[in-house]
Amino acid sequence: MSPDKKTVTPDEEKEIETTGHSWDGIREFNNPLPRWWLWTFYATIIWGLAYMVVYPAFPLLKQATQGLIGYDSRASLEEDINVFKQANAPLDTALVSTALEDIGARPDLAHYAATGGAAVFKTFCAQCHGAGAAGAKGYPNLLDDDWLWGGSIGDIHLTIRHGIRQEGDDDTRASEMPAFGEILERSEIADVTHYVLSIAGSTHNPSLVNSGSRVFAENCADCHGPEGRGNRELGAPNLTDRIWLYGRSQQAVAETITNGRKGMMPAWQDRLTEAQIRQVTYYIHQLGGGE
Amino acid sequence: MAQKVSTPSLYAAREPVFPRRVKGRFRTLKWWIMGVTLGIYYLTPWIRFDRGPDMPDQAVLVDLAGRRFFMFWIEIWPHEFYFVAGLLIMAGIGLFLFTSALGRVWCGYACPQTVWTDLFILVERWIDGDRNARIRLWSRKWDPGKIAKRLFKWSLWLLIGMLTGGAWVFYFADAPSLAASLWAGTAPPVAWASIGVLTATTFVFGGFMREQVCTYMCPWPRIQAAMMDEDTLTIGYRSWRGEPRARHQRRMDAEAHGDCIDCNACFNVCPMGIDIRDGQQLQCITCALCIDACDDVMRRLGRPRGLIDYMALSDEANERAGGKPRPAWRHIFRPRTILYTVIWSLIGVALVYGLFIRSDLEFSVAPVRNPVFVTLADGTIRNIYELRLRNKSPEVKSFIIGIDSEFSDLKLSLGDKLQPSVTVMADSTYLQRVYVLAEPKSRPALTATTPITFWVADKDGGRTYHVKSVFNGEKR
Ligand code: SF4
Ligand code: SF4
Repeated sequence: MSPDKKTVTPDEEKEIETTGHSWDGIREFNNPLPRWWLWTFYATIIWGLAYMVVYPAFPLLKQATQGLIGYDSRASLEEDINVFKQANAPLDTALVSTALEDIGARPDLAHYAATGGAAVFKTFCAQCHGAGAAGAKGYPNLLDDDWLWGGSIGDIHLTIRHGIRQEGDDDTRASEMPAFGEILERSEIADVTHYVLSIAGSTHNPSLVNSGSRVFAENCADCHGPEGRGNRELGAPNLTDRIWLYGRSQQAVAETITNGRKGMMPAWQDRLTEAQIRQVTYYIHQLGGGE
Repeated sequence: MAQKVSTPSLYAAREPVFPRRVKGRFRTLKWWIMGVTLGIYYLTPWIRFDRGPDMPDQAVLVDLAGRRFFMFWIEIWPHEFYFVAGLLIMAGIGLFLFTSALGRVWCGYACPQTVWTDLFILVERWIDGDRNARIRLWSRKWDPGKIAKRLFKWSLWLLIGMLTGGAWVFYFADAPSLAASLWAGTAPPVAWASIGVLTATTFVFGGFMREQVCTYMCPWPRIQAAMMDEDTLTIGYRSWRGEPRARHQRRMDAEAHGDCIDCNACFNVCPMGIDIRDGQQLQCITCALCIDACDDVMRRLGRPRGLIDYMALSDEANERAGGKPRPAWRHIFRPRTILYTVIWSLIGVALVYGLFIRSDLEFSVAPVRNPVFVTLADGTIRNIYELRLRNKSPEVKSFIIGIDSEFSDLKLSLGDKLQPSVTVMADSTYLQRVYVLAEPKSRPALTATTPITFWVADKDGGRTYHVKSVFNGEKR
C-alpha cells in the first residue's frame, strides 16, 4: 500500500497551483483550458486566412483582391436574376400575346401581372404618383374614377407606353392648356373662374357667373365641352366633378386659367419591356379606378 | 502557501475518464429516463394521425415549406408563433424551477448530451469491458486486437450517430416517404447534410468530448448558479460524517475515524471525472451516480446510506451538530419554487385557453392607409380594406361578407364582384380588397372617423365573425 495521501482533513490546506500572476495579492489559479480548445482556435485562424485567399478580401487602391476561385457577388446576382427571368419567360410571352382585356380572366396571368406590376410601379411610377398611387397636386390619383385620358385598360396602356407631351413620339398624349393671362382681361378671368367654380359645385360669387359663362363658351368650351364635362381626346378634365388635379379653390382655378397647365409624363415604351408595361397597366387598372 | 514558479501551462490535454459500472436507485431512474426520452425521440415521427385528405397524416410534423407546425390535433400557423414562443418560455421557466429545487438535475438526467453519452458508454462497456479493462486497453499498444475493438466500437457509435441524425430529419418531412427516398438515395441534399452534421456531432460529442461539452462548451453551468441558493438540493458529501477518512486496514487501530473508507468508488463512477468529496464543483452534473456507488459501500459496511447525498447548504450547520436534515419536500416546496410553478402554470393555462378559443377561421381586416381615403368624381368617399380570411379547416367554406354601421349611407363593395360572397379553399388564406363607399356629403363622408364592423357569415355553419374597424372621411 502506498502512503495514504488522501487521508487529509478538508481543513488542511491543499497546495493549489497558480499561474504565478498576482495583482494586489490576488492570485490567479491555474485552470488550464482543454487543448482541443486551443486547436480549434488555431483552426479558425487557418480558416480565416484561407477564406481571405480564396474569396475577394483586401481592398487595394483600385480594386479588392479577387480571390482564387473568382467569386463575384455581382455575377452571382446576375445569374440569380437570369434564373428568374427564364422562369418567368413563358408568363411574359403569354402576357404580351394575350389581349389586355383578357388578362384578368386568366388567374395565373392576373396574379403575375398584379404582383409584378406592383414592383414596376414602386420602382418607376411611385416617385410621381405616390407609393399608394394616390398622386399629388399635378400628379393624378390613379385610385379614383376620374381619368384625363380614359381609364379602360387599353387607354392606360397607351398612356404608359407613349407618355404625355413626349416630343418625337407621334402617339403621345398632347396636353396643352393655354395661358389665358395673355389672352383675356383680368376681369374676364375672374368671371370665368367663378363660373367654373359654380359648375364644380364649389363656393362662388353668383353675380359673376353669367358673364363668366359667356367667357367660358367663347374660350373654354372647345376643349372642355359646352357643359364643361371635359374631353378625353384632348386630356381636358371634367370640370363638373369633385376631382381637381391642381386644386379646386378659387385661387387654384384662377391660377390655372391665367398660367395654363402643361402636364408631362415619360413614355415608358423605350425603358420598360412590353411585358413590364402590361404588368403595371394591369396593376393600375385593378387598383379600384379602372373602367 | 507555496507558489509554483515554473511557467504554468495554460492548455491541458483531456484526462480520459473511465466511469465504472454502478447499480442503484438513481442509476435505475436514469435507465428509465434514457429509455423513455430516446423512445420518444426516435418514435414520434412515425406516429400517424388522420387529418383528412390533402393534409399530412404525420402526428408531429414541422412543415417548413408550407410554414405549418402540426402536433396531433393542433395546427400552428406562422402568425400563431406565440404558441411556440410560449412553449419555449415554459421550457425556460421549467428549467429555472428544476434548477432552483434540484440543481443541475436537467444535466444529470434529461440533457441529450448526458443521455447519448450514457448510451455511448454502454456500448463502450459492452465492447471494452468495465473501468479497469478499459484503462488497460487504453494504455495498451496498438495491436490488431485493440484496433479491431476500436473500429468495432467506433462503427457502432457512428451507427448510433447516424440514427440520431436520421431521426431528426423525419420531423421535417413525411417519415415513411423520406425513409424510402433516403434508402433509394434520392432524398434532398438538405436531408443528407442534416444527417451528416448530426452524425458527426453525435459521434464526436458522445464518443470523445463527453464531459468537456458540459464543462467548456455548454453555457448552462455558468448560468445555473444564479438559479440556485442555499436551499437548493445538490449532490454533496457529508464530510462531518465521513472524515477523517481511513482505508479498511487502518480502521482497526485508528481511534477516531469517519464513515468514508476512501474506496474511491464515488470517484470511479463519476462520468465527469471529479471527486465529489472536494465539495460542489462546476463540473458536477448531479447525475447522483456517486450516491449510488457510496450507498452500496455503506450497505456492505452496515452503515446508513447517504454519506454522499442530495443535500442543501442550509442544512449543513444543523447536520454537523448532529441534527437531522430537513425532509426533501421542504426544499422542493418553498416560495421561490412555488412562484416559478405559478408563473409556469399561468403561461400553460393561457396557452391551453388560447388553443381552445381559437377557431378554424380567422378573419382580419386591415384598412389601406396609403391613401387614407379616395374621393370619387361625384364626391363619394371611398375607403379600401384588405380582408383576410384564414380557413384552417380541411373543408372548403363559403361566406357572405357585410358591414354594420349606424349610418345607412355606408355601402360595401367588392370591386367588380357583384355577390358579396367569397369561397375559401381548405387550409388556405384568402385575401380580398374590398371598398366601403360613403355617399357624397353624408355624415361619414364628412367626419374624420366613423366606426364600422365587418362581418362574415359561414353559409352552412351559420357562425358569424366580426371585426371592428373605422371608416375615414374628409376631416371638417
Ligand atoms: S460528482 Fe457525482 S453527481 Fe456529480 S457528476 Fe460526478 S457522479 Fe455525478
Ligand atoms: S464511495 Fe463513499 S466510502 Fe467510498 S470513497 Fe466515496 S465517499 Fe468514501
